[in-house]
Amino acid sequence: MSTEATDAPLIDVENLSVVIDRDEGVVRPLNGVSFRIDAGQAVGIVGESGCGKTMTSNALLRILPPGAKITSGHIRYRRKLDEQVVDLATIDSGSAEMRQIRGGDISMIFQEPMTAFSPVHTIHNQIAEMIQLHDPMDDQAARRRVVELLDLVGISGPDERADDYAFQLSGGMRQRAMIAMALASKPRLLIADEPTTALDVTVQARVLKLIQRLQRELGLALMLITHDLGVIAHTVEYVYVMYLGQVIEEGPVVEIFDNPAHPYTQALLHSIPSLTNKDKRLEPIEGSVPSAFALPTGCPFHTRCTKQVGDKCKRQMPAHVEVSKGHYASCFIHTEEGS
Amino acid sequence: MLNYIIRRVLLMIPTLVAISVLIFIIIQLPPGDIITSRLQELQAEGQDISEEQIEALRARYNLNDPLHIQYFKWIGGILVGNMGYSVMYGQSVNNLIWERLGFTLLITFSATLLTWLIAFPVGVYSALRQYSVLDYAATLMAFVGLATPNFLLALVLMYLGYEWFGIAVGGLFSPEYASADWSMGKLGDLLAHLWIPAVVIGMGGTAGMVRIMRANLLDELGKPYVTTALAKGLHPIRLVIKYPLRIALNPFISTVGWMLPHLISGAAIIAVVLSLPTTGPLLLDSLKNQDMYLAGSFLLMLSALTVIGTLLSDILLAITDPRIRYE
Ligand SMILES: Nc1ncnc2c1ncn2[C@@H]1O[C@H](COP(=O)(O)OP(=O)(O)OP(=O)(O)O)[C@@H](O)[C@H]1O
Ligand code: SF4
Ligand SMILES: [Mg+2]
Repeated sequence: MSTEATDAPLIDVENLSVVIDRDEGVVRPLNGVSFRIDAGQAVGIVGESGCGKTMTSNALLRILPPGAKITSGHIRYRRKLDEQVVDLATIDSGSAEMRQIRGGDISMIFQEPMTAFSPVHTIHNQIAEMIQLHDPMDDQAARRRVVELLDLVGISGPDERADDYAFQLSGGMRQRAMIAMALASKPRLLIADEPTTALDVTVQARVLKLIQRLQRELGLALMLITHDLGVIAHTVEYVYVMYLGQVIEEGPVVEIFDNPAHPYTQALLHSIPSLTNKDKRLEPIEGSVPSAFALPTGCPFHTRCTKQVGDKCKRQMPAHVEVSKGHYASCFIHTEEGS
Repeated sequence: MLNYIIRRVLLMIPTLVAISVLIFIIIQLPPGDIITSRLQELQAEGQDISEEQIEALRARYNLNDPLHIQYFKWIGGILVGNMGYSVMYGQSVNNLIWERLGFTLLITFSATLLTWLIAFPVGVYSALRQYSVLDYAATLMAFVGLATPNFLLALVLMYLGYEWFGIAVGGLFSPEYASADWSMGKLGDLLAHLWIPAVVIGMGGTAGMVRIMRANLLDELGKPYVTTALAKGLHPIRLVIKYPLRIALNPFISTVGWMLPHLISGAAIIAVVLSLPTTGPLLLDSLKNQDMYLAGSFLLMLSALTVIGTLLSDILLAITDPRIRYE
């Protein structure tokens, strides 16, 4: 199961599919997601609400909701412990090995720092727990580390703030504390799932800057999940665009912004406000996201696509092809050009 | 925290005064009084009672004083521990209440213990293994338990107790021990009788409690902080105990408040069916017979316990839940 390969990417997700069995039917939130992140690289995952971004990150840590199963694919991860590559898709999710990777190797920041912290335990209690889980040390040492971490994320008066409860901190401070907790066990990969969505606009930029700074200073790999293209523009190097549980376009961030190849990405770009087109009318994407209960056949975007190139859009799944260097898209418009 | 407690205790005083006035008015409200009804009874039996005797009785119960004086005499007595005199029983209220209170406490305590011992693990299991066979079984049992009237269960158990164990069920003692002094034999006899009221009273509560525990815990299990703790690499069992279970218990703490008054008034019907020497039937009788001091003392005690119970659970909640402490 494990192979030695130190030049491999930090994490290589290949063709990952997840289904959820519910009384109402079978939900297919992930349908063959593939992406890779190198050590120290910042990567963005973008897509509308419900496209499977959170499901993807939860699958990496094997903390899927009840009834959810990984049905195919691999999550090859090079772990801190011994540089071995392990497949997180097949490892026993209840094993000590998996628990060691959660928090110790891969850690997460969540959208709602208020509810993501326990309301009845202090910040110190929760961060110290993370520290001692992965690096047994006495309480005084853990306390010093907690204060150090809170200081690192820019919380002033860290010694006093440590004994606060989450609801006593402001939204921005809470998210900083959440970041401190995520960094507590020196992870290699930080997953930030909509880390600024719940924050005041004025605080968003500062928290984003903080994440970016820490990522660079600590040499972390970052998986930044968002539905807001504006958030990733200055934070990541490479972007994956997801639609209905698949990656439909990927490429260097500049390429994605300047030359979006997939009609969905193009529509997504038109639907966001930016500093340059503030006065221009935004065009929301036509139609609504199909239900994960009944996925469309053929190209998953065909039910909303205004640029269809014929019947095959409805029947066949377009291949993921390179449209320019390091820039891929899954759309017949581009396979046509190639043939 | 200390400030909070002091503030709450001070607030209790006017509350209790207002309640005592209200109770006094309520027990005075029905037309006539116990002396008049008592006289009618005696006259019906053919006894002749002189005017002086009636006057003496009325004076003894302060019935000739204006209402507000009656109130102050009553409340003044209670403050020094004298709850007045029961016409119905011809005894002081103090005498009547304390022994029964002891038995009530014993029964309620056993019933509550039983409730918790069953409801807690079953509720937690049901939530953690939602929709498992055992969860469905527990749910079914809980609904049957909720739908069965307690007195029916009491009758069935009395019958079974008699058929299987040959004990003269009902009451807390067999006839030979009822008025005997305390001994090992009497204690054993008490325990042999105690389980029936404990099971009957505990049952209804258990069913409800299982459902509440299950719902609370399910609610908490779906909260984002559970995902956070999982993502930290915490072992799922340690996680459940430290986070959701701890928080799911808070609603239980607030039930302590109404457990106290329940001690006195609770399960009156069952106590009647099982002829238990508890406070419930006494309260019922005193209200039926306009035994004003007995009824008044009971009602005041119930209210005071409600107020104290609420205070207790609020303090407990403030200790366990920082969100309340810092409000
Ligand atoms: N517990 C669950 N049971 C059934 N379906 C679920 C469950 N959780 C998520 N889904 C479905 O899986 C799909 C992907 O959900 P996911 O939460 O990953 O979306 P997302 O991209 O993170 O969206 P958002 O931007 O709203 O967070 C959605 O269609 C959602 O309805
Ligand atoms: S494959 Fe067809 S339907 Fe799908 S995005 Fe391209 S043009 Fe639109
Ligand atoms: Mg999400």
